[in-house]
Amino acid sequence: MTEGAGGADATAIAARVRSGEQSASGVLERALAEIAERDDDLHCFNSLMADRARAVAAEVDRKVAAGEDPGALAGVPVALKDNLCTRDAPTTCSSRILEGWIPPYDATVVRRLVASGAVPVGKTNLDEFAMGSSTENSATGPTRNPWDPTRVPGGSSGGSAAAVAAGMVPAALGSDTGGSIRQPAALCGVVGVKPTYGVVSRYGLVAFASSLDQIGPLTLTVADAAAVLEAIAGHDEMDSTSLELPAPRCSEVLGEGADGLRVGVVSDFLADASADCSAAVRAAADVLASAGAKVDDVALPELLHGLSAYYLIAPAEASSNLARYDGVRYGLRVDGPDVETMNARTRAAGFGAEVKRRIMLGTYVLSAGYYDAYYAQAQRVRTIVARAFARAYSQFDVLLAPTSPSVAFALGAKTADPLEMYLADLFTIPSNLAGHPAMSVPFSLGESGLPVGVQVLAPALGEREMFRAAAVVEAGASRAARGPVGARSVS
Amino acid sequence: MREQLSSESVAHIARLARLQISPEESERFAVQLSAILEHVEAVRGLDTSGVPPTSHALDLRNVLREDTPRPCLDRADVLAGAPQAEDGRFRVPRILGEEP
Repeated sequence: MTEGAGGADATAIAARVRSGEQSASGVLERALAEIAERDDDLHCFNSLMADRARAVAAEVDRKVAAGEDPGALAGVPVALKDNLCTRDAPTTCSSRILEGWIPPYDATVVRRLVASGAVPVGKTNLDEFAMGSSTENSATGPTRNPWDPTRVPGGSSGGSAAAVAAGMVPAALGSDTGGSIRQPAALCGVVGVKPTYGVVSRYGLVAFASSLDQIGPLTLTVADAAAVLEAIAGHDEMDSTSLELPAPRCSEVLGEGADGLRVGVVSDFLADASADCSAAVRAAADVLASAGAKVDDVALPELLHGLSAYYLIAPAEASSNLARYDGVRYGLRVDGPDVETMNARTRAAGFGAEVKRRIMLGTYVLSAGYYDAYYAQAQRVRTIVARAFARAYSQFDVLLAPTSPSVAFALGAKTADPLEMYLADLFTIPSNLAGHPAMSVPFSLGESGLPVGVQVLAPALGEREMFRAAAVVEAGASRAARGPVGARSVS
Repeated sequence: MREQLSSESVAHIARLARLQISPEESERFAVQLSAILEHVEAVRGLDTSGVPPTSHALDLRNVLREDTPRPCLDRADVLAGAPQAEDGRFRVPRILGEEP
């Protein structure tokens, strides 16, 4: 067995580091070498935190040598989406407006990862301020899909998904406001989890749409996703929306199988997905049925209204959250004769086109005379979506749906038309509106030999049932549909 | 019901949002934002009579704590990230119309 991250999953690495079979420092150097070798081509990372990572890894190795508990994720290299604050390391949100800004504190999830022995190695590329579905709206340039570098990795957590899929790191964190963890996970053949709203602290996550944002893991396996979620979840007094609950214990249900589980297939979504993506959902449903689940179709046409409601609510919240980038406290300033001109020039120079579009859309729908017609109406539709889910969950424990309407698309294919890009989130948005957990599991190879993910949805705090179903789906999935892909040093 | 934004309206929204945009950008955004608004028009047509709005997915309550002093972020650390600082404060251009 070679030492290093090269393709090994997080659980395997942690076991070897904890037993002393491998050193955390050795695993880290291998990951850094893999990144150095391949990231010029893929551009998963905006920046690396090599010095800090070496110090964290050395501390893990010291603990192992001293017989102390190094933590459940001992020595696991983890990539962080570049909208998670890291003390002493740049946090840019892939935006020029935060160029040069170094946060004075760590996000809660970063502190918890380090406390569990994980080693944060760097900051991954994203669509600017997490607004996008392809990681092309980035001031640092697009990330490429390791399965096919002419294609997008999805977004907005595209750098995190691609880094895991390429075998550079076994785990990464992303954020999911309308699908930004699950959709890139599907397009890159990795597992991606959006937890229940409030399960993971948002302290130190740069806010996009605060009532929808949630941090979660991207990993090679379902078991790794459970392990990372257990490390980062749980109440945090620094986030007033954080639930006063311990982290959901999902690892312990992975072997329980699907016997007696009630699974609903969201039939309304299948017609809007490409043939390979809807076929994967049917095949995954068969896998669950063979394992003893009770599977039925469920009609939830209201969920399709989620997209329109989301593209009113999320820009409204974003226009308010992004008001803080005014040239006073962070990063960029373009001078002007007075404050207002300085603000407007700074924001014009610092934000990219998609961020400007959403700020203006949000400003418009919140402005006098339009608030009730757009924003308040969208909030009522949000209730309609939540009620539709409640109806489904009175009959089912979990729901099954496509994650994305298609496999990874070509770079540039959807950049000309913002609406076309928004449709990539059609199946993922409803869970954010309802605050529910959902995850994508790589299942099969679709068109052009690209990975297809299947989405497992659950009601609020239904993480354990969701992971139980996901583990069964994973066991019945094609191994060829899962990363790592193209790693030079698979162990 | 359909909203068609003029480039003048877009320029007005941009001023509200403190975004300096060129006339060409106004025109481009007018077309794109109109297309997006047309798409979300479906939302306005839905019957939502008697449906309460949801501003937050899960029930929220006020989170309070004792008002006791405790350590906060270091002032120098915070100001180090600012474009301009002076005497322990953020420095900005003049705000009112007076001469400096």
